[in-house]
Amino acid sequence: MTTPFYPRDPLRHPPALTPGYKTSVARSPRAPLIAIDPTLSELTGPSFGPGDIAPGDNDLLTNHARAGESPIGERIILHGAVRDENARPVPGTLVEIWQANAGGRYRHHRDGYLAPLDPNFGGCGRALTDAEGYFAFRTVKPGAYPWRNTPNSWRPAHVHLSLFGTGFAQRLITQCYFEGDPLIAHCAIAQTLPDPRGIEALTARLDLAATLPFDAIAWRFDIVLRGRRETPFENRP
Amino acid sequence: MRPLKETPSQTAGPYVHIGLMPGAAGVAGDAHELGHDIAGPDAEGPRIRIEGRVIDGTGTPVRDAVIEVWQANAAGIHAGPGATVEPGFRGWGRVATDPASGGFAIDTVKPGAVPGPGPGERMQAPHLSLWIVARGINLGLHTRLYFDDEPEANAADPVLSLIEWETRRATLIAARAPDNDALYRFDIRLQGADETVFFEV
Repeated sequence: MTTPFYPRDPLRHPPALTPGYKTSVARSPRAPLIAIDPTLSELTGPSFGPGDIAPGDNDLLTNHARAGESPIGERIILHGAVRDENARPVPGTLVEIWQANAGGRYRHHRDGYLAPLDPNFGGCGRALTDAEGYFAFRTVKPGAYPWRNTPNSWRPAHVHLSLFGTGFAQRLITQCYFEGDPLIAHCAIAQTLPDPRGIEALTARLDLAATLPFDAIAWRFDIVLRGRRETPFENRP
Repeated sequence: MRPLKETPSQTAGPYVHIGLMPGAAGVAGDAHELGHDIAGPDAEGPRIRIEGRVIDGTGTPVRDAVIEVWQANAAGIHAGPGATVEPGFRGWGRVATDPASGGFAIDTVKPGAVPGPGPGERMQAPHLSLWIVARGINLGLHTRLYFDDEPEANAADPVLSLIEWETRRATLIAARAPDNDALYRFDIRLQGADETVFFEV
């Protein structure tokens, strides 16, 4: 695990300063990032195992619900595979998610939206990918909600995801949107991405084949983490 | 070449604590908080605490940030597959800035020197790798924390040496408290005159 990663493609990620997303203005570094040769500190990273999660952690329909009850909302399965840029599965990696409830309200002291909290919904879950890099969560589809950016800004329905991989340099937090949501085109955060193909990559697709009849609609969201070069320290002088 | 493109980043947003630190966020019934124990009670080496704040370009504390730490143990070894570290040493953890004060505190052990980049090259000075996410940060920020009581190791460090401006290099050096050998001060400035150095790793 000491093989360097491919460099990040700056056109794939939002720049630090995106004035349309106003909060980025005072929180964006202005000096360029300093590129460093990869060291063990970036090429290694935390690892996780079954002891880090509990059974049911990936089931947001039950993990914070009262016994015998479940949250209100559209029942969904959010699933996919974590692979690297070399198209290899990333097994055993931790996937953490968080989201608003079906009404668009987060269980967080800072969220004061009118929509009510759901006593049966915590809005967070975690899973370890299997040997093929596959993960699956059961949850409710989050609602859209307003936020203070322009006077009339609404976030499209989205789920936040946090990913690790095998090296700290792969650390990634992102958001998954849902195919067909008209708010995506109006969202200042989605629109921080410099290339529309980036938004495509963040859009979960309806997956009828994995949908459970009379139970839950499935949405497919595949994730790609940075890949390692084939040869250690290639192209070094 | 790469057959796939990396998934793009999006901001962690204001509610990141629900996902990464659900216990601290008050989501009821979560008994499995991850990342609270960088170095457990059995970890070896001097125990230290690092206190600081994350500050934005207006000088205001960032009260909704999460900082992740990745570090070697006191012998300079990162935990992981194939690595031998003592029981109780994880080397990874996360802290949130305080919603009222914007302050954070990292409790850990002081890491040892770590082998530098490339085969047979010089050692890196003891350091923590930090990754900072928050509302308004579009792509998590990588930086490092070094220690001001390691002047010789810092002077020889291959990463610090890449920073040609001494004033900027200083943004990565935690200051030991005058009256407490186990306490360091380290502020992270996202923007402005004393902007912390962030790395492309």
